[in-house]
Amino acid sequence: MPPAVNPASAPGLDADQLLRVSLGPQHPSTHGVFRMNVVLDGETVVSLKPVFGYLHRNHEKIAEGITYLSSMPFTDRLDYICPLTNNWALAQAVEKLAGIEVPERAEYIRVITAELTRLINHTAFVGFFLGDMGAWGSALMYAFREREKILDLFEDLTGARMMSNFMRFGGCRNDLPDGWAARASALVDEFPRFLDELENLTAGNEILLARTRNVGALSKEALINGGITGPMLRAAGVNYDIRKADPYGIYDRFSFRIPLGEKGDCLDRLMIRFLELRESLAILRQALDQLPEGPYINPKAKIRNFKPPVGEAYARIEGPKGELGFHLISDGSANPFRYRIRPPSFINLTLLEDMCLGLDLADVVIILGSVDIVLGEVDR
Amino acid sequence: MMPETDAILSRLHAALPAAAVAQRRNPGPSGQHSLLVAPEHLVAVCQFLRDTPDLDFDLLTNVTGVDWPDPAKADAVAVPLEETPAAACGFLEVVYHLYATTRRVGPLVLRARTADRATGVQIPSVVPVYRSAEFQEREIYDLFGVVFTGHPDLRRILMWDEFEDHPMRKDYVAPDDYQYEPTPHDAVLEKAKLHYPAPASDNKSPGLC
Repeated sequence: MPPAVNPASAPGLDADQLLRVSLGPQHPSTHGVFRMNVVLDGETVVSLKPVFGYLHRNHEKIAEGITYLSSMPFTDRLDYICPLTNNWALAQAVEKLAGIEVPERAEYIRVITAELTRLINHTAFVGFFLGDMGAWGSALMYAFREREKILDLFEDLTGARMMSNFMRFGGCRNDLPDGWAARASALVDEFPRFLDELENLTAGNEILLARTRNVGALSKEALINGGITGPMLRAAGVNYDIRKADPYGIYDRFSFRIPLGEKGDCLDRLMIRFLELRESLAILRQALDQLPEGPYINPKAKIRNFKPPVGEAYARIEGPKGELGFHLISDGSANPFRYRIRPPSFINLTLLEDMCLGLDLADVVIILGSVDIVLGEVDR
Repeated sequence: MMPETDAILSRLHAALPAAAVAQRRNPGPSGQHSLLVAPEHLVAVCQFLRDTPDLDFDLLTNVTGVDWPDPAKADAVAVPLEETPAAACGFLEVVYHLYATTRRVGPLVLRARTADRATGVQIPSVVPVYRSAEFQEREIYDLFGVVFTGHPDLRRILMWDEFEDHPMRKDYVAPDDYQYEPTPHDAVLEKAKLHYPAPASDNKSPGLC
């Protein structure tokens, strides 16, 4: 049996003059309640062990005791920056498990809400990332100003700014309100101007370049082997976006490109988000122009007394933070027998220590920021 | 019936004749069939799947732990192709989802089962082959109690280190009060007296006041 207590958890100066620092959980750069047990030689990191579980509420266990649909509001609380993509991931897994068709209009609404969510996530990422570097406030406030406009759209559509609970198995909960598509369209038209502004504000900044260039890069093979997905992986030049590699929904109807980085350092990870924002806008433009009429939910989909057949399904989407998957096992009853979430934030932290070793403590904050985690999803 | 798993299975049998691998059919509409691998051959099978150039399953994306107190239920979800006797007792299962990033195929579903749910809960760790399993195996160890032999750092990850049970097991009984300080409610306070000793005079023990 392994030791019950982590030997590296006691802070203080060691006999070999190494300094043990407990970074977090109450620390502004840890993006929530996350702790790292760092061992320092001077300023250099020689060991870094993440400590999880401060937000653990065992969502997976709760889900086994309630129906499939009852878990939908819980998914909002996983990655609370992007509730709508979480909703989609669960809905998609259940649709695969039970073989439910989704009408065309619902697929379009899903793509539109998911890409708007990606806009929120990536702009907020830029703000938080700048905040991690000490530019606390300005960039984040600019990002949140635009985020608020998208949240207004979400509020009109779902009734809540963040806790949307919007997707249903076989479609969406309600149709777009009157004039919603026109307002979303106007937002998509205006967004590039803000994006240019934000990029000008940040991307050429000398301090930013000095602090992010050649920091935290790993080889492509190491990243794939470590299960890293999403913008982190593509920043290193690996062409793997689930929207293209394993298309779900109606993503194969849109023309968009997958931006790729070169070195995979923190600067590439920042710039890949800017480029992905522009591609998301391209998808939104096409989706809003093509939006068809029709039902927003499959009329044959069963809401009450829903019991999927015996079997299992794993379904995944390209969430803003990486691959978000749901593995569901059904024993034929109304509740899932096993409900497993594949959380991108959690698995993207697997290689955190490898990225930080040999660098300064100040770089740890930048690298953690570049991973883009949300603790609601890490701890579940 | 299952072209992909069929082809991979015959390749596996050719390359690793000793490995005990069997196909399992998924009865649901998702069509994700799986390969049941004997635990002792798991690492070799993973190594083969990752390093064979035209298979190239380089991304182990998801690792799921499942608790099956009733073995018949497990065989209903992953149906054996020919009649095989069900396991005598319940067991824990670990399900792996593999993808190939360059060939863009998947998921290839592998499953491995422990001998029972009490003492024979060992499964070899695949971390030497797929680093992505590191935290996920720790999570399964923490929540299900599967002991991954050969894991570099097998500790609890979500629950605290002193916690003793495995909360995702089907027979786990939650404590009657989660709170260190129970809500001031007569019934709860009465129950809580069973857990905590009477307050000591130095006021340092976790008694109730």
